[in-house]
Amino acid sequence: MTKQTTQAPLGSPAIALPPTSVVTLKINGEERQLHIAPWTTLLDALREYLDLTGTKKGCDHGQCGACTVLVDGRRINSCLTLAVMQEGADITTIEGLGTEQNLHPLQQAFIDHDAFQCGYCTPGQICSAAALLTEGKAKTTAEIRELMSGNVCRCGAYTNIVAAIEEVLTTQKVQRHE
Amino acid sequence: MSTTNYIGKPTSRVDGPAKVTGAAKYAAEFNVPNLAYGYVVSSAVTKGKITKIYTDEILAIAGVLQVFSHENVPSLAWLDRSYKDDVAPGGSPFRPLHSAEVKFNMQPVAVVVAETFEVARYAASLLRIDYDVVEHATDLEAKRDDGYKPGGGKTGWMPPPAPRGNPNDALQNAAHRVEGEFIHQAQHHNPMEMFATTVEWLGDKKLKVYDKTQGAFNSQQYVTKIFGLSKDNVQVISKYTGGGFGSGLRPQYQLFLAVLASLELKRSVRVSLTRQQMFSFGHRPHTLQYLALGANEDGSLAAVHHHALAETSQFEDFTENVVNWSGMLYQCDNVKLTYELAKLDVFTPLDMRAPGAATGSFALEIAMDELAYKAGLDPLEFRLRNYAARDQNADKPFSSKKLRECYHEGAAKFGWAKRTPEPRSMRDGSQLVGWGVGGGVWDASQQKAAASASLNVDGKLTVKSGSNEIGTGTYTIMTQIAAETMGLPLEAVTFELGDTALPEAPLQGGSWTAASVGSGVKAACDALGEKLLKLAQKMEDSPLKGVTYKDVQFVNGQIRLYSDPTQAVVIRDILPANGQEKLEADGSASPDMARQSQYSLHAHNAVFVEVKVDEDLGTVHVTRVVNAVAAGRILNPKTARSQVLGSVVWGISMAMMEESVMDHGFGRYMNHNYAEYHVPVCADIHDIDVVFVEEEDDIVNPLGVKGIGEVGLLGVAAAIANAVYHATGKRIRNLPISIGKLL
Amino acid sequence: MNSFTYTRATAVDAAVREKSAASSVRFVAGGTNLLDLMKENIERPTRLVDINHLPLKTIDGTPDGGLRLGALATNADTAWHAEVQRRYPLLSQAILAGASPQLRNMATNGGNLLQRTRCYYFYDLTTPCNKREPGSGCSAIGGYNRVCGVLGTSESCIATHPSDMCVALAALDATVQVTGKNGERTVRFADFHRLPEDQPQFDNTLAPDEIVTAIDLPNEDFSQHFSYLKLRDRTSYAFALVSVAAALQLDGTTIRDARLALGGVAHKPWRDAAAEDLLKGQPATEETFRKAATAVVQQAKGYGHNTFKIELAKRAIVRALKQAAEGTQTATDVFLNSNP
Repeated sequence: MTKQTTQAPLGSPAIALPPTSVVTLKINGEERQLHIAPWTTLLDALREYLDLTGTKKGCDHGQCGACTVLVDGRRINSCLTLAVMQEGADITTIEGLGTEQNLHPLQQAFIDHDAFQCGYCTPGQICSAAALLTEGKAKTTAEIRELMSGNVCRCGAYTNIVAAIEEVLTTQKVQRHE
Repeated sequence: MSTTNYIGKPTSRVDGPAKVTGAAKYAAEFNVPNLAYGYVVSSAVTKGKITKIYTDEILAIAGVLQVFSHENVPSLAWLDRSYKDDVAPGGSPFRPLHSAEVKFNMQPVAVVVAETFEVARYAASLLRIDYDVVEHATDLEAKRDDGYKPGGGKTGWMPPPAPRGNPNDALQNAAHRVEGEFIHQAQHHNPMEMFATTVEWLGDKKLKVYDKTQGAFNSQQYVTKIFGLSKDNVQVISKYTGGGFGSGLRPQYQLFLAVLASLELKRSVRVSLTRQQMFSFGHRPHTLQYLALGANEDGSLAAVHHHALAETSQFEDFTENVVNWSGMLYQCDNVKLTYELAKLDVFTPLDMRAPGAATGSFALEIAMDELAYKAGLDPLEFRLRNYAARDQNADKPFSSKKLRECYHEGAAKFGWAKRTPEPRSMRDGSQLVGWGVGGGVWDASQQKAAASASLNVDGKLTVKSGSNEIGTGTYTIMTQIAAETMGLPLEAVTFELGDTALPEAPLQGGSWTAASVGSGVKAACDALGEKLLKLAQKMEDSPLKGVTYKDVQFVNGQIRLYSDPTQAVVIRDILPANGQEKLEADGSASPDMARQSQYSLHAHNAVFVEVKVDEDLGTVHVTRVVNAVAAGRILNPKTARSQVLGSVVWGISMAMMEESVMDHGFGRYMNHNYAEYHVPVCADIHDIDVVFVEEEDDIVNPLGVKGIGEVGLLGVAAAIANAVYHATGKRIRNLPISIGKLL
Repeated sequence: MNSFTYTRATAVDAAVREKSAASSVRFVAGGTNLLDLMKENIERPTRLVDINHLPLKTIDGTPDGGLRLGALATNADTAWHAEVQRRYPLLSQAILAGASPQLRNMATNGGNLLQRTRCYYFYDLTTPCNKREPGSGCSAIGGYNRVCGVLGTSESCIATHPSDMCVALAALDATVQVTGKNGERTVRFADFHRLPEDQPQFDNTLAPDEIVTAIDLPNEDFSQHFSYLKLRDRTSYAFALVSVAAALQLDGTTIRDARLALGGVAHKPWRDAAAEDLLKGQPATEETFRKAATAVVQQAKGYGHNTFKIELAKRAIVRALKQAAEGTQTATDVFLNSNP
């Protein structure tokens, strides 16, 4: 028994594509100009247009957290915002947090605690953790776990991720009291 | 290697700085010049024929370069064997864009290539395709009576051993019996990195291929055979793989599509899959298992019957060892193990972390718990009473087996002795507490692997082998082995992998990389050491004159006499003294089959789990896990612990969350995204303890390692299910243990 | 994702004008649901009007002593706002039970109201769905409907509204301020979302030219006895299978006023006045709670995979009411789920 069916086009083809324009983004303290159409997400702008591939695409739908970056100091999923919407904002990616020669305390703690395996979710985890520290809402282990739950790690490194963040959190507390 | 500076010491990942700074580049991150982007169009139907693809309107869109489909794919390799990769099962491999035929839902039916990712994605959404659709069958449970015994073909698959003893009578006459059906649905690997290939066109059919894979050589031979290219012209690079878990063991279709587009368009092309499309290829197969166990009055196992029916595709016989473990984990003289497949209109399943064993151990270890209760024995005591001192399947002794120590050390760490056996007898406030145990056994295997070692005049050592890094710590442990063998500091050693220009290494899988590539690396370093010793002996007043390689040790940057460590040559001085810039050596290692074949080579584990259950609401939290593992020598306790921690998370995931839900009306997985295909998040994971039981084994391989990537997953799901039973008195045999099943 | 043009709006009336120009114009604020749907080709706007720069971000007191939540205040800013935590901790709890920190930083209050269902079939263009394509049929009925609704469903649609925040807003009797071509109006929260009936393509009663400008919380005190209980497939970062917002005012042990709203079970946050009446004036005991719970699910209808939600909802209502009566919950108690 055969029946016919059509995988329909999802709209009538508009041959005219959206015009590109110059979009200026401030990323890691540097102004970067790119020629893009509105449909370019911040994530794709970083990865495909600016070669800032430290920010990862793990689902492209806000369901994994691998694309986490800081916008005006707040963690967001860069896959769910358009680059053009972030003109004028201050964007920090993993590349802006630290370098191999000058690691951010969280980056060092992630290495020390072996808080990653394949490394693909890691930049997102670290950006998320950096925001978690500045937010100041997570004080207990349970709160760290809950407030780091927007970053999926399929390798299952959560135990060590929490340990790494706890260490930096404690060090910061000590430093604040000194 | 009796004294050691690096091997066995907790060592931070040498690739850590690259990974935490985002500098580590994965397949879709090589932004080569003049790159075009391919976007895959997936079939909306499950079975039938494409009657028309309307490409004209798509090609008219500015920036679209081409739409590839079965209608315009050039003539490619014809024979099935050209499409067979290193681990292809028996049958005819799926050929992307080969014909109008649709064999499974979300089959890639076209790829739209455009100047930008966004244009390709947009154009792909506008492609109209007409199909003639025929009825499909995707429901394994409707195929209970259609199982067949698979033929051979798949690497590593062992048909179940012939029945032993008198399993039917023994079961009939057993004092205590349990039987039941155990089910898990299909599960998808879902590594964090989505499959992607970037092909850099270097002109004249010369390609540099950045692929997400667990085996660069596998991808290379696949591409060269299908497209008729020479290996010299196809270099496959895979320096970092964002999670594999088996999904990268076979080349995925984006590799084919990217290479096709690159060759046809004569330019560089990237094809990335979407998260949705990550549900369009191999997966842990939906499997139905029937187990019947019998025990004698004294608590000894009288009979084991284990039958499994697993799904496969219409075109390949995917097989895994599901039931065999049930004939070797416990001592039993009456055993019947059978394994069948049923063909469905799905993509061929694929090895997924601890393939077969994760499935089999989940059923066996729950059934053992049930039988322990029937026999009135503590489930741990019941396992100890039925301890298998010998592999009865193969009728061979184990090269080493410290499972008893796993039970004891794990139980001690967990505090198992404080468990009260009665279900529903333990509480924490309003919550029911349950403690469960499980465990398993996994192959320790070694494959042939080659490596090269090169010492530079500045004292830097570079070691190379074309293996992979999927998160297991390959860079780090190979660096440790090389540093140890050459007596050099870790910082002086660089290990390179993931490139077909390097010496050939096997696929990264099966928990064999440490043993295989590690042995290859050691062989290369030993070969270099011998050459180095010869040069050292040529030095003026050399204290090493006349001695052999066996007489010296490489330690602290020196070659020293064992008999008199004060007699030494500084390694860094040797090349300058000989006027040489560089010294190189190759090595390779293969398993010592003559010796190994006399033994059964396996790693073991025992898992102890605590759950807390809110009975009213049906919620379960896995609050505490102790996983005791005996896997030979642990090269790096730090990264090995992470592997086992990850395995426990996988076990929690398998027990509590994972299932690819198919609507059989459509033949389509419906929760094909990361919001609805649940894996644990940080808040799901509580205390996990890893215990490595000391186990020396010089039979399994010269390094004494058994591999650690898979064994830790075994028995976790069962131990959770057993703990849930202990907490609630409810026996769940159908995973996942989701909220509705406990109400 | 289809092609579209992009503009930034700087004033509400201008935004409304732009939106009214064509049916394919969409506002974008947080983008967390809209961009997701655009990538799935479920939403295919031709023009996006970025409303993030409209002056609707503040959280301020209202003249009648309530609190006004700007439509463009983020979910995170709202949940952590001192006044919200002090006076409407139920709302904080509900917001913090939803999504992830990243998404809450992006998602706005107005957008939260307008998020669309997570029904598998709505999200998959290859399957019929009356909500997505009116008249094409409902695949969830007879299909895999574990996440679907059991209350107020219709033959056309059994989808649920996925929000947590809205469940609390429903319980708290919030009102929604909207502005359209014809000026401003106030919508009772209960009237904002709708049941599917035979027009499941409409999630709510907002007119095409209208924009949500604010959500008002009335001057009522449910800050002592409340609970937002969310049940899902993992501890965090998952949509509710069933959630319950419970809020009580007690005179000693007698219930003076009661609010009960459910999420994950219907096309809109589910309020049941009759069940609330069963609570009012009654002693705050488990028996009372059971009666109310039974009343709520009396008309519930299961569709196979989701039938467990009926029993689960019943038990969750009792638990949430108990927790509310105990009065020990805090605005951030949802974190305790991460440490059982």
